[in-house]
Amino acid sequence: MSIWSHETQIRAKEIVARYPEKRSAVMPLLYLAMAEDGHLTDAGMEEVAEWVGLTPAQVHAVASFYTMYKRERTGKYLISCCTSISCMLLGGDDVLAAIEDESGVPHGETDPEGVLSVEHVECIGACGGAVAVQVNYELIEGVSPEKARELVRWLKKATPAAVNSDEMQELFGGIRSFDWGIRDEDGAVGPYPAFQPLGTTKSAGQS
Amino acid sequence: MTAPLVVTRRMVDHPADSHSIDRYEATGGYAQAKLAIGMTRDELVETVKASGLLGRGGAAFSAGLKWSFLAPARPAYVVINADESEPGTFKDRQLLERDPHQMVEGTIITAIANEAHHAFVYIRGEYAKPARRVQAAIDEAYAKGYLGRAIFGSDFDLEVTVHLGGGAYICGEETALINSLEGRRGEPRLKPPYFPAAKGLYMLPTIVNNVETVSNLPHILAMGADDYAGLAHESDTGTFLMSLSGHVAKPGNYELPHGITWRELIYDIGGGIPGGKELKAWIPGGASAPWFVPEHLDLEITKEATAAAGSMLGSGAVIVMDETTCMVRAAERVIRFFSHESCGQCTPCREGTTWLEMILRRIEEGQGRAVDLDLAIGVSDGISIDLAWPPKMTTICPLGPSAVSPIKALKDYFRDEVQAHVDAGGCPL
Repeated sequence: MSIWSHETQIRAKEIVARYPEKRSAVMPLLYLAMAEDGHLTDAGMEEVAEWVGLTPAQVHAVASFYTMYKRERTGKYLISCCTSISCMLLGGDDVLAAIEDESGVPHGETDPEGVLSVEHVECIGACGGAVAVQVNYELIEGVSPEKARELVRWLKKATPAAVNSDEMQELFGGIRSFDWGIRDEDGAVGPYPAFQPLGTTKSAGQS
Repeated sequence: MTAPLVVTRRMVDHPADSHSIDRYEATGGYAQAKLAIGMTRDELVETVKASGLLGRGGAAFSAGLKWSFLAPARPAYVVINADESEPGTFKDRQLLERDPHQMVEGTIITAIANEAHHAFVYIRGEYAKPARRVQAAIDEAYAKGYLGRAIFGSDFDLEVTVHLGGGAYICGEETALINSLEGRRGEPRLKPPYFPAAKGLYMLPTIVNNVETVSNLPHILAMGADDYAGLAHESDTGTFLMSLSGHVAKPGNYELPHGITWRELIYDIGGGIPGGKELKAWIPGGASAPWFVPEHLDLEITKEATAAAGSMLGSGAVIVMDETTCMVRAAERVIRFFSHESCGQCTPCREGTTWLEMILRRIEEGQGRAVDLDLAIGVSDGISIDLAWPPKMTTICPLGPSAVSPIKALKDYFRDEVQAHVDAGGCPL
């Protein structure tokens, strides 16, 4: 018996069908499991194991290799601040400190309400737009410590149903790595990537 | 020196809709994939070989030669490496977001040339928006009959699947990527025997190509191999996307010919160092590359000239550091990356990068000892013998040896600055 919703099971079936061998579906299914539970639970990993014909230990071995599979309680908004070399050169450590101070959440932790998680991350490919910050993997470039504080306050106050890169860039961003072109309306609903084939996107305006 | 824009031409000319299939087709898009259907594998491999196209993921290996190694077993697979994670590098992100159809057409050409009917685009998990753009482009291509069954009305089938990574830099290494795509930990495999072209995905012949590499393919077919090879430079053909970041007035991605100098890149194209400050050092090819200092400013940006000076162009990421930058802190930050991203299989890398990070941190924080730089050099020697370039490998993949590049910089150029940290009991800058 699956612990997942009917909708998620349909999606899982579609994902497994995309690969020549079902084991390859482990990573996308782990994201589905996170979307079901808000983070990756033991039960979620057991469910993934069932779908792909592995043992829970094998699935755990995969999940623990990758930083994006959050096996601890994670906030509705995961704020990731880049402090790798290019962002460090332009004040990444100060931006991280501002996020930690404004949210009261130190790196690697989640607030008691389950709203915000804060982490510093290695390079997220936005070096021309340093300092780079992501919320649920939606990117904001050119973030200053002051704007980072505003971002934290906005997330706590507005609690948007979905966060979207373009919207947050306009509100809190600065210099970009390149011209982004047209706006993208899709947004992320939890601490995992917003990607249509996983069913983890929502329009930014939608509640 | 100027060369025509190739892979960024469409996004420069049509910034509002370079990502759309209508714009793509209106500017010649998908014509070359159609043409490739009628070409033999040999013709395609020879064309790409003759173009001189080098892999743009960092290794700069002949793309045509790589294709020629494909073993006869079938099915074969094509994997597009969009796991861009080398610190300083953000060029593939721009290609994915701004011209995804160009990458899709390059994927189709690669699949035809390598007789593959299933291609995977492995995109790093943090690139959610680029992944959405790519998926939207793939969906459009399916709707037009350019992907799926009997593409372009031929008898060739091609499925393309986007696969999101999980936040591990090492999956940009092609054998680690294959393990990851198989649903395993992203640990690199030994080569030999696991050369992807022979024993790749599911132990079958697999071609792994970078986003920028395949984005060049439609242009090579459109221009012809000779004209493409004639662009810019005799030994380093075509153009090269460079990601400029750090202390530079105009950061960004620049599509450039090889053969300009670092001075032209940093001062003319990049607008120089903000605030009238002096240049102290730069990393010429992503975090893995040994560092350059002002004495290297007039070297030509070619694979050979960079190698002769003891470094590499790698992923094309140039990270500029001004005179106010603490070299110990910068080195610590680069090494922290490799320590964090080490997969842990090989002892020299797993233990060595961890120790290097700790040694540098204590120097920066004021607990450094006079012997610490030599200790760090000794640890580095254990990861990468003699700190030679190219490295003498002690590990399965090049991640460990890459991590010692900052130590090499401290040893060769900034020994006094390290000593000043020890003498001052902390960072004097």
